[in-house]
Amino acid sequence: MVINKDSNAYTVIFATAMVVIVGGLLAFVSTSLKPLQEDNVRNEKKQLILKAIGSEETKSITREDAGKQFKKYVVERLILDYEGNIIEGTRLTNETPVDIKSAKDAFAVDLKKEYKKFVQPLTNKYTGSDLVDELTKEKNIHYPLFICEVNQRFMEELALDGLKLKLIDIKEKLQEANENNMDTSLSLALSDTMFRIEEELKGRKKHYVIPVMGKGLWAGVWGYIGLESDGRTISGAVFDHKSETPGLGAEISKDFFSDQFIEKTIVDETGNYTPVKVVKPGTGVTQPYVDGISGGTFTSVGVDEMMNRTLSVYHKFFQNESGKELLTKI
Amino acid sequence: MSEVAVKEKEPLFSKKNKKLITDPLNDTNPVTIQVLGICSALAVTVKMDAALVMSMAVLAVLIVGNVIVSLMRNLIPGKIRIIVQLVVVAALVIIVDQVLKAFVYDVSKQLSVFVGLIITNCIIMGRLEAFALANKPWASALDGLGNGIGYGIILVVVAFFKELFGSGTLLGFEIFGSQGKTLADSTGLYSMGYENNGMMLLPPSSLVLVAIYIWIQKSRNPSLQEGH
Repeated sequence: MVINKDSNAYTVIFATAMVVIVGGLLAFVSTSLKPLQEDNVRNEKKQLILKAIGSEETKSITREDAGKQFKKYVVERLILDYEGNIIEGTRLTNETPVDIKSAKDAFAVDLKKEYKKFVQPLTNKYTGSDLVDELTKEKNIHYPLFICEVNQRFMEELALDGLKLKLIDIKEKLQEANENNMDTSLSLALSDTMFRIEEELKGRKKHYVIPVMGKGLWAGVWGYIGLESDGRTISGAVFDHKSETPGLGAEISKDFFSDQFIEKTIVDETGNYTPVKVVKPGTGVTQPYVDGISGGTFTSVGVDEMMNRTLSVYHKFFQNESGKELLTKI
Repeated sequence: MSEVAVKEKEPLFSKKNKKLITDPLNDTNPVTIQVLGICSALAVTVKMDAALVMSMAVLAVLIVGNVIVSLMRNLIPGKIRIIVQLVVVAALVIIVDQVLKAFVYDVSKQLSVFVGLIITNCIIMGRLEAFALANKPWASALDGLGNGIGYGIILVVVAFFKELFGSGTLLGFEIFGSQGKTLADSTGLYSMGYENNGMMLLPPSSLVLVAIYIWIQKSRNPSLQEGH
C-alpha cells in the first residue's frame, strides 16, 4: 500500500500520533522523576539553612546529608506575622517531622509564591511608612524562623572551672544591681554575659536562621540569614538567585559576598533597628554595611531591600515577650 | 549545499564520513561560517565551565535529534516537517532538563534557563532541516557530532578570553592573582594596578571575539572569503 505523504489526512494523523506519543513520553518522564527533583529542592533548602548558621560544623554539609541532619540542628521552627508575633500553632519542635503540605509548618512556607503574590505588588506601589502599613495589613505573608543548635568548641576543664566561678560572681553582681535598682543597662549587660557563659557551659549554641526573599535584576533573589543567640549579630549568610547575570549579579551566591555580613549587627547601641546596607564599594555610610557587587547594582539593591524589609520583622519579634523569652532561655 | 546523500554499504568511517566530522570544525563551522547559534555564543560564554556544559548539552541534543529525525525522514509529511523537528527537539530538551534536575541538580542549576534555550538554538534546527532530513541515521549522527564539536570550540574559545580578561580566572581558578580592596591587598598583576575589563563580561564583547575568530579563519583560508 502506498501512502500519500502529502495528503491532508496523512498529515493530520501523523501530527495527532506524534503529539500523543511525545505527550505521553514527557508526562511519564516528568511524573517518574518528580519525587527525585522535589527531594533535591527540599534538601537544598535544608542545606542552605544549615549553611546560614555560620558554624564550622554545618558549613560543609552536602545536599544529601542536609536532608538527614536537618532534624539534628534545627530544634524548633515557627512562623511569625509582620508584627513579629508567633502565629498560633506554628511552633514546632524537631520531633514533628517536616510536612511540606501543612500550613503550620515553617519549612513548608513558600516564600517565592508569597513574594510574587503579596509582597511584590506592595513594594512596587508603596515606599517608606506606607509600605510598612500595607505590609502590616497583609496577613497572607508569613515569616518563618528556624531555631538551630550547634555544638560549641569544647573548652578545657580548667577553663570551664574558671567560667563557673565567673558565673557565680556575675550572678552576685546582678542580684546586687537589682536590689539597689542600679541603672538598667548595667543589669542588662550583666545578664547578657551570664547568658553567654551558661551557653558556653552547656556546650550547645543557639542560632536563628531567617529566610529572605526579594528580587534582583532579572528574577528572584533569596537567602538565609543566620543570627547569633543574641538575636542581633549576623553569624552567617547565604544567598542564591534564579537568573542573575553570571559574573556580575550572580556573584551574590559566592562566599566572598555573603561572608561580609558575618559579625555585622542589625541593631545600634541604643537597640534601634539598623539594617545592614549593601553599598557601592568605597561609599562611606555610618551604619553597618557590606560592599555590593560592581556591575551588579540592581542585584545588590535587591539584596539590600529584602534584608531591610524582612529582618525588621524579626527584630520586632526579639523585642516582644515571646522573642525575649527565647533569647534568655538556654 | 555540500551535503549529498551518502551512498549505501560504505565503511563506518569512510573518507566522506570523516569529513562530516572534521569539516564543521573549521571550513563549515556552524557558528563562524554558517552563522548559526550566534545567540548562545554571546550569552553563555562568560564562564568557561558554563560554556563547556552548554556545548555538551547541545552536542547530545544535536546527535540524538539528528538520528531521530533521520529515522523518521521517510514518514514526516513535508507540510509540517519544521513543526515535527521542533517537537522532537523540544521533547529532547525537556527530557534532558528533567533528567539533569533529578540526577545532577547542581549542573542544572548552573545552566538554569540555558537548557531551555537549546530548543531555540538555530544550529539544531538548521542541521535537522539541512542534513538529517535527507541522510541516513549514521551519517546524521556524525554530522551532529561534528557540528556539536564545532559549536563547542567557538564557545570555549570565546569563553576563554572573556573569563580570562573579564574575571581574571579560568574555570574559576585565579590566573592574574587576586584582587583586594586596595592595591596593597592585591596579589599578582592586580598589585601593579591591573584591572579586569568589565566589558568582557557583557555580551557585545563576544561579537568582537567571534568577529576576530572569523577574520583569522578566513584570512588563513581565502576560499572561505565571499567575493563582492
